[in-house]
Amino acid sequence: MLQVIANRLLVAVPTLILVSMLIFGLQKLLPGDPVLAMAGEDQDAQVIATLRAKYHLDEPVPVQYALWVRDVAHGDLGTSLRTDVPVTTLIAQKLPVTLQLAVMAMLFALGIGIPAGIVSAAYRGTALDYGANVFALSGMSIPNFWLGIMLIFLVSVRWHLLPSSGYVSPIDDFWLSIKTMLMPAFVLGAALGAQLMRHTRSAMLSVLSADYIRTARAKGLLRGRVIVRHAFRNALIPIVTVLALLFGELLAGAVLTEQVFTIPGFGKLVVDAVFNRDYAVVQGVVLVTALSFIVVNLAADVLYILLNPRLRRS
Amino acid sequence: MATPATPVAPRPAAPPADPEAPPRRRRRRLARFMRNRAAVAGAIIVLIVIVAAILAPWLSPYDPVQASFMTVRQAPSAAHWFGTDELGRDVLTRLLWGARASLLAGVVSVGIAVAIGVPLGLAAGYFGGLVDGIVSRIADALLSIPFLILAIALAAFLGPSLTNAMAAIGISAMPRFVRLTRGQAISVKAEEYVEGARAIGLGHYRIIVRYVLPNVLPPIIVQASLTVAMAIIAEASLSFLGLGQLPPAPSWGSMLNTAKDFVSQAPWMSIFPGVAIFVAVLGFNLLGDGLRDALDPRES
Repeated sequence: MLQVIANRLLVAVPTLILVSMLIFGLQKLLPGDPVLAMAGEDQDAQVIATLRAKYHLDEPVPVQYALWVRDVAHGDLGTSLRTDVPVTTLIAQKLPVTLQLAVMAMLFALGIGIPAGIVSAAYRGTALDYGANVFALSGMSIPNFWLGIMLIFLVSVRWHLLPSSGYVSPIDDFWLSIKTMLMPAFVLGAALGAQLMRHTRSAMLSVLSADYIRTARAKGLLRGRVIVRHAFRNALIPIVTVLALLFGELLAGAVLTEQVFTIPGFGKLVVDAVFNRDYAVVQGVVLVTALSFIVVNLAADVLYILLNPRLRRS
Repeated sequence: MATPATPVAPRPAAPPADPEAPPRRRRRRLARFMRNRAAVAGAIIVLIVIVAAILAPWLSPYDPVQASFMTVRQAPSAAHWFGTDELGRDVLTRLLWGARASLLAGVVSVGIAVAIGVPLGLAAGYFGGLVDGIVSRIADALLSIPFLILAIALAAFLGPSLTNAMAAIGISAMPRFVRLTRGQAISVKAEEYVEGARAIGLGHYRIIVRYVLPNVLPPIIVQASLTVAMAIIAEASLSFLGLGQLPPAPSWGSMLNTAKDFVSQAPWMSIFPGVAIFVAVLGFNLLGDGLRDALDPRES
């Protein structure tokens, strides 16, 4: 088993190197010379040379890449051109906000997706199954930023039930913080819940047709008990992998959700940076996103091996 | 982002060689598709969207771009079925024209993804070894940056425009096709008819094009249809963020971007573009699901 885990970790190394090259390469896509833009109107040769040396732009590209990797490894993602604040500081400020949104959205997704998937597999072909499938297909087809706009219109503008936008830290006012985040979290979680339902359903269906389920039923165990104790526990194994893959969508969805509800998180940071042409921030955010996605998926793979008795023994 | 569709699982084994499926099998697949009411509904929706996009100039008497300050933010009426926007333009007209941007984005970006992803996947699956190692690692690297984040980053560095958005979406969707094609090619390669082809001395290129490709096509078609759905949402998302189709050219996403500021005074400006995206995406999702059931009954 340790061998399997070690192999999985080894495969991640070239992926990490390629991702870093890709993100480093992004800045080379920019048209024009960034130094000329920074040097301002006089285009003083001295200033240009100093800037070039400062950002190592006078070195060959492989050397630039190596220097960049060295900085990143030391936790230095550069400074924001706009605010002159280190990119790591900016990300550290915004991350808790997005994390709260992500955790609450995940609770919605799990709370909706898994029970709906179990019910729809257990009652395959009935009206319940049909209803759950319609929900899943709609959830997958509705753009979540539009769902957000519609909810703001109904829940906030018409019914005055929840605040329409903004962010309150849970440390300042816990309940208000939860209340403000409720709608964005639902919007983000519903789409994930829809996908989770589909995966749970198909995982449950393949487990439910297994021989040991028939044996358990033949033994006289109650149907509900068989579904929860025997089937769901085994169906859970592939669902762990799906959850890790959905983590990427959670991050991407957060960008849009934060934009709709004007939440000052990670996603708002990257979109604002795009419009301010603050490339170091964009690069930093993409890097942190990719790294966390790789780490989460590695963790899921290891968990998969640990959870699966067949792999544990080998 | 609302949701990319479920990836198609690789099939356990390929059917016997049938570069062109015999008519009987094709008829059976068509019959299976026609019996599936959801799939037929999906196909009809997709057709309606295509027709609306093509006939936009003839379907509406209004101009999609020209502002008209006499008719600013009017509620739906007999003259303007879906109301007018903040510049007095007819919302329905802009929706019809916007279908062009959405469909174009969906089809072109998936075209890019297929054109790059399928050959790479075929090469990786067929040759294995070093080719496979390199291609798979590149696909892994691209997959580890979430779809929309990669598209945002590319749009940021390439500059916002519909063309760049399509390129960004296509590149982000490409690894799905690499993985799918690779998996299929590996299982087809082990079939006897491929070995037979090799035994009679056919070259790699001819074996791939004549024997491997036709057998890996069905799941690719299914994935393409589901990916068009995802690409339409991605284009709308990028345009909503201001990184796709630029105003005043109509696009469903950018319409929602301006509409969100008027949601309390003019809700119709937000409602209809969202419904349009929903319906179009639903159509492609239903079509993809239906195709999967028809082409590969073992999956359902």
